[in-house]
Amino acid sequence: MAGNTVTRAQLSEAVYQEVGLSRNESAQLVESVLSEICDSLVQGESVKVSSFGSFSARQKGGRIGRNPKTGEEVPIAPRRVLVFRPSHVLKEQVNRHLSGSAREESAVD
Amino acid sequence: MIKSELIARLAEQNPHLYQRDVERIVTTVFNEITDALQRGDRVELRGFGAFSVKRRPARIGRNPRTGDSVSVAEKFVPFFKTGKELRERLNASGGGSAGTDPNAVPEISD
Repeated sequence: MAGNTVTRAQLSEAVYQEVGLSRNESAQLVESVLSEICDSLVQGESVKVSSFGSFSARQKGGRIGRNPKTGEEVPIAPRRVLVFRPSHVLKEQVNRHLSGSAREESAVD
Repeated sequence: MIKSELIARLAEQNPHLYQRDVERIVTTVFNEITDALQRGDRVELRGFGAFSVKRRPARIGRNPRTGDSVSVAEKFVPFFKTGKELRERLNASGGGSAGTDPNAVPEISD
């Protein structure tokens, strides 16, 4: 969409400002938050964060796909994919802010 | 795992921190992501994934029961795309830790 990209650096900075640990430790903790979530998901455990959303791993069967550019058939092996379902709260917050005034500028995907 | 369990696990790994601080750390991370999405920004976390907002244009929908047409307003939905490393770990043989086998899953690019 219109804007900027937020990365680990901004998340760490926010934790640094909010909690008052060192910058280094703030960065490490952001990393720990993400890696705990990853580990749970890899073990097949879903992760639910209230008023944010839930992550879960879903098993997909194999199928024949197609390279959209060449039309060539490509087998797609059975695999696990990660699904994020945003909570109602998050959906409402995003809509409230974006479908109002900022619509003109941010209308491009 | 729910948020309070995530906090408990992190607190266990970081015995030098107050539980209250661990709670604030976790809350801050999710608040920052939420704030970014509200601004229409992307959140890119290498190895984990990227959050973005997708616009769904206004359309004429139908009530599936009655067949009446209904106008559906434009809306914005949060979207998450799994990062490469996590995607590979999910499919590593055994489903355990440390993904070593990328498994060459063909990617349907978008």
